[in-house]
Amino acid sequence: MADVFLDAKGLNCPLPILKAKKALKDVPTGGTLEVLATDAGAVADFGAFCRTTGNELAESSVEGGVYRFVIRRSA
Amino acid sequence: MALTNASGGNAKNMTIIVTKGSLDWAYPPFILATTAAAMGVDVTMFFTFYGLPLLLKKLDLQVTPMGNAAMKMPFMGMHMTMPNIVNMIPGVDAAATVMMKNLIKKKGVASIEELREAAVDSDVQLIGCQMTMDLFEYSSDDMIPGIKVGGAATYMEQALKSDINLFI
Repeated sequence: MADVFLDAKGLNCPLPILKAKKALKDVPTGGTLEVLATDAGAVADFGAFCRTTGNELAESSVEGGVYRFVIRRSA
Repeated sequence: MALTNASGGNAKNMTIIVTKGSLDWAYPPFILATTAAAMGVDVTMFFTFYGLPLLLKKLDLQVTPMGNAAMKMPFMGMHMTMPNIVNMIPGVDAAATVMMKNLIKKKGVASIEELREAAVDSDVQLIGCQMTMDLFEYSSDDMIPGIKVGGAATYMEQALKSDINLFI
């Protein structure tokens, strides 16, 4: 169970990333943020976001057109 | 390696010169600015000429198919272009604007108002071009609060120490 959950389904670029960034503020260091999105560009974008910000993309999966990301806050 | 927080001294810097204020052209600068800020980049946007109205309190953005051969709107399963001569008919720009705004809403794309608010919230520095304000007769009272007003030198000072400088 993630510490914070963000439903970004139906939102398009760059809103899932902007909302994830905001939500990460409520995640304690070492804690996780779970994001659900339907934007196909989010797969590449969440990878890039995590590599650049130094957070860990612990999980990235897709099921029934819904993308699920788990970001572990390390920065 | 992670970048330090935007308020830290080691953050990367980006500037964007925003020169166009139509509904379609307003997107790239605001999307890049807000995303970069979310990724820990210190962002400065310099609004000049037709980009300046993007700082007005009340936005009224329009899009025109005039001279825009690449503007192909999805329409009944196809893509529709508009010959330039159609633009002679009053109301075509208004119709295209309504169509674009409906698409934006339907596809979950942020409005420019939302993106601008996100930019302000994430401490993106917004600079209005003083010369453009004089030229088109705008005052600081017409603009959203919190912006800085300056000229080319104000922009250059920031651009010289930035890692990325874009002109849109």
